[in-house]
Amino acid sequence: MFLGSASVSFDEDIFIQGYASVVGKKEGEGPLGNLFGEVVTDPMFGGDSWEDAESQLQMKLVTAAIKDSGLKDSDIRYIFAGDLLGQLIATSFGVKNFNIPLFGLYGACSTMGEALSLGSVSLAAGCAEHVLCMTSSHFGGAEKTFRFPLDYGSQRKFSATWTVTGGGAVVLGTAGGFAKITGITTGRIVDYGYKDKENMGACMAPAAADTILRNLEDFNIAPDSYDRIITGDLGLIGQRILLDLLEEKGYSISNLHMDCGIEIFDGHTQDTHAGASGCGCSASVLCSLILKNIRDGIWKKVLFVPTGALFSPVSSNEGDSIPGIAHAVVIESECR
Amino acid sequence: MDDIKKNYDDYVKSVTPTTSLAKNMWHAFLIGGAICLFGQILITLFETIGTDEETAGAYEIILLVFLAVMLTGLGIYPKLAKYAGAGTLVPITGFANSVSSPAIEFQKEGQIFGVGCRIFSIAGPVILFGILSSWVLGLLYWIGSVI
Repeated sequence: MFLGSASVSFDEDIFIQGYASVVGKKEGEGPLGNLFGEVVTDPMFGGDSWEDAESQLQMKLVTAAIKDSGLKDSDIRYIFAGDLLGQLIATSFGVKNFNIPLFGLYGACSTMGEALSLGSVSLAAGCAEHVLCMTSSHFGGAEKTFRFPLDYGSQRKFSATWTVTGGGAVVLGTAGGFAKITGITTGRIVDYGYKDKENMGACMAPAAADTILRNLEDFNIAPDSYDRIITGDLGLIGQRILLDLLEEKGYSISNLHMDCGIEIFDGHTQDTHAGASGCGCSASVLCSLILKNIRDGIWKKVLFVPTGALFSPVSSNEGDSIPGIAHAVVIESECR
Repeated sequence: MDDIKKNYDDYVKSVTPTTSLAKNMWHAFLIGGAICLFGQILITLFETIGTDEETAGAYEIILLVFLAVMLTGLGIYPKLAKYAGAGTLVPITGFANSVSSPAIEFQKEGQIFGVGCRIFSIAGPVILFGILSSWVLGLLYWIGSVI
């Protein structure tokens, strides 16, 4: 049933039945390295371009997630997936051989939240028995699309983030699983007029704060009813802004908050400046650290909030700001 | 309430760490100076083997550009640039890097639409406004000489 201004509380059972994460070498060398399903050291993933590499990554994700759920390809009714590249080419080439109906999504780095939300809604509506939700990003492809060629010599600001090469896929189903999605809060476009593309955390933090606030209001709960409130890729500066914005509204979540963009790399040794970003950042951390802790019963209930900076080189060059969006998903452990 | 939103740009500035201008300038001076010193050594070397000054300068430029393109292809130039900043951007080696790096990156998209269309995607503005500003200066020079 729908709640408040932007949330749904599911009366139906929506189970997480399987998941997979695949990341690149740098992510594998980070603090979460041994939690990922697969670490691929070849930056091309056996493909012949950055775009093809990301498609290969998605292929691996679909195969591994379906295997983890104990299902067959034909059991999956829909794939909800997207990526950062133009026209979602990583996804379209990545999933084409599976012959599973696809809903292609663009939510920038919030895509995993969008995919899980729409997947849950379609299950709750009785439109499917099993769906797969997935997203990915690739450092090389993202740099080429949004910044400079990889070999161009330039300096990054301290506020810049490092795009994760990696991704995550989750299989949702209506019967049996180790965790449940019990609610969602859908993000709206939040734009504080900020324009610096090298400070994406500042572009996204207001959206994260807005979605978290509305989640708490819509469900009429306090922040500490969650074991963790986990944002996607705000990084160090975005985290600070989020905490300040919520503090201003009278909520203190500093002891509950975790950001995937801060967790995935070691900023001191891996030279990632403000942290990590990319669709694959929140997706791969969800499908490693977060779901493992939920599966093990360490966390009973978390709010997973992937954050997206809706950056386009075109609108940015035309002088527009960079709006943000964040989609929240309530995940509860089935461990009693 | 909503103080952060009202002054968002200023607020973000106050929570974002800044780079040290002095440190950046020192790094740029060090590496940029070293590249120029190396260039001068090359010119002197060519001159000592009997090349005239103008030809020695041309040889030096060709060699520096070649080295910069090679270091770009090997992925060393961007690492150097991360440290040096303007020190690797301003000398002719920076121009070579800005032309060769898109050529490498977009080579997968073909010789015409990839390399051909994209090779000057970074250096293009430098070429355009370089020519434009020399034309304006030339015009001023001509006006000066007529008066």
